Amino acid sequence: MDVLTIIGQLLNTTLVFATALIFTSLGGIFSEKSGVTNLGLEGLMVFGAFAAGVFGHYAQAAGLDGFAAASIGLCAAVVLGIIVSLIHAVASITFKADQVISGIVINFLAAGSTLYMVKLLFDGAGETELISGYSRMPIPGLSQIPLLGDALFNAYPTTYLAIILVFVSYFVLYKTPFGLRLRSVGEHPSAADTVGIKVNRMRYVGVMISGALAAVGGATITLTTTGTFAHNTISGQGYIAIAAMIFGKWNPIGAFGAAVFFGLAQAVRNYVQLFAWTQSIPPEIIYMLPYLLTIIVLVAAVGRSSAPSALGQPYDPSKR
Amino acid sequence: MNKVLKLFTRDSVTLPVVAIILGLVLGALVMMIGGYNPIDAYGALIERVYGNTYDFGEAIREMTPLIMTGLAFAFAARTGLFNIGGEGQYLIGMTAASIVGIHLHGLPAFIHAPLAIIAGAVFGGLWAALAGFLKATRGVNEVISCIMLNWIGLYLSNLIINTFALQAGDTRSVDIQPSASIAISWLSEMMGNARVHWGTLIALIAAVFFYIFMWKTKQGFELRSVGFNQDASKYAGMNVNRNIVKAMFISGAFAGLGGAFTVLGVFGYQSVMASSPGTGFDGIAVALIGMNNPFGVVLGAILFGTLTYGSAGMSFSADVPPEIVRIVIGAIIFFIAAQGIVRWLLKPFYAKRKKEKVS
Repeated sequence: MDVLTIIGQLLNTTLVFATALIFTSLGGIFSEKSGVTNLGLEGLMVFGAFAAGVFGHYAQAAGLDGFAAASIGLCAAVVLGIIVSLIHAVASITFKADQVISGIVINFLAAGSTLYMVKLLFDGAGETELISGYSRMPIPGLSQIPLLGDALFNAYPTTYLAIILVFVSYFVLYKTPFGLRLRSVGEHPSAADTVGIKVNRMRYVGVMISGALAAVGGATITLTTTGTFAHNTISGQGYIAIAAMIFGKWNPIGAFGAAVFFGLAQAVRNYVQLFAWTQSIPPEIIYMLPYLLTIIVLVAAVGRSSAPSALGQPYDPSKR
Repeated sequence: MNKVLKLFTRDSVTLPVVAIILGLVLGALVMMIGGYNPIDAYGALIERVYGNTYDFGEAIREMTPLIMTGLAFAFAARTGLFNIGGEGQYLIGMTAASIVGIHLHGLPAFIHAPLAIIAGAVFGGLWAALAGFLKATRGVNEVISCIMLNWIGLYLSNLIINTFALQAGDTRSVDIQPSASIAISWLSEMMGNARVHWGTLIALIAAVFFYIFMWKTKQGFELRSVGFNQDASKYAGMNVNRNIVKAMFISGAFAGLGGAFTVLGVFGYQSVMASSPGTGFDGIAVALIGMNNPFGVVLGAILFGTLTYGSAGMSFSADVPPEIVRIVIGAIIFFIAAQGIVRWLLKPFYAKRKKEKVS
């Protein structure tokens, strides 16, 4: 293989891995911008991947073609993601539970309940039946460009959707009244309350959006990469998405860049063995790289914290 | 008598008990929806754990590292820190104990084994102290740095085992020296070769140490004080930064010990792992069930260990998917975390009690 083809394929794989991270880190941004820490992203991704696997399977069994069945799976993921994120919202917003713990609860519930249901639905099997999922959708014309065409314009529909959503999220957060309100309850809830913004209601919305987006992120892995849902379909991507969100300073565009970077770090693993000079690097070093870099960035960003200032604190109107 | 009654109606006791009951009931409901008989299932679970000596010993083996990672989370929580890095500290502790257990030769057992255990504690502690140091000096949130350190710890452990101690042609390390083993062979034989080890005893001692250190010493007072109010502690002349690092070190040492026990007492070698074993994360649940109290943690580990070890029996004889216990545990920590819900459910009872007091 010549180097250009390899680079093209590497970029293409990067985007496949990055897609799930983009969706999920965008979800994290919506929740955290409203002031609710969401460590449950991992669990929400698990629920999304599960819903996509199960509903995608039933839709396909009902005779729908791959694209339609996958889209039904994706919609089911959105619904389930929103429902599950409500557990986090009720506990941490209404009942003022610790947000970190309530996020961890989501992860615990996800691991158990999805596999339990898979075993119920598929006669004790540990994974859902293989579905065809989305296939690649080359953009006519653009995909013919050498190198770039193969790298960027021959992706899954979910990847295009993710990139569109990055800009939509940016617009919603920074250019609309809704976005201003959402950010204000995360920065200074009591000030927002004084001007008539319903703090807890905005936070519920933030968490529900994060549930929907994180579930879509998980669903894309089932629908484009694995084709089934099993216990190891989601293994840590939710945490990487959290890292991407922080790396990107809670900004959709920044998170997009970070997600692509982490996607690259994952994709590189498959290509490392191709060159003689890279074979001497132990693969563990490459696996470690994204996490090491996140820490380095956090250390370097000292004193310039861009986290929402009311992040992690339940809003209590009686405290000023 | 009244004192005893008060002890059992305290919030720190009623809340987890009610949460556990609610969790088990919810689990039963989920089983009924799935078409299983919850009484059979829970019966099979208990039968599996307490039915014969071998399984009882193995269940204790399951509980021991959970006590340690639970203590790790609880200790940090008592000092105002969220140590969700127990997973990484556990792995680093494992690796340190493995390396000492494998590469030191010719030492008598009474030196080698303690040395390997201490290595696990120290390196687990240092791994956590790193997160504490980053928080103290650079203001990096320990939750985030711990997530990153968990992954780095996993790959670093694999790297170290792959490079320095790999069993040729296998994905695990070579066996540790017999002199580093902490297995109790005579008890093992009595319990049908269940893998029991001295780590369990050390875990119980660690819980007592936790209690004495945290509530009966000046240093423990400082740690708690920093956890409550950094500014006030600073004003009182305490070194806040040093206390944060110290708290994380001790917390990580607990988790590291848990890892050391697993290598030295149970397996005698360390596998190259594709993903984290999850013991550190489970410790968070254990600590929450135990309300971050060292003796509560021991009870929490007994409950958690019983549920997870027994779940195998449940799927074997009652055909219930073992994942159900993760739902039960998730529900229990949900109800403990969202104490407001439990209080709200208990409101009628509390109101009644108050009325009785008035009359």
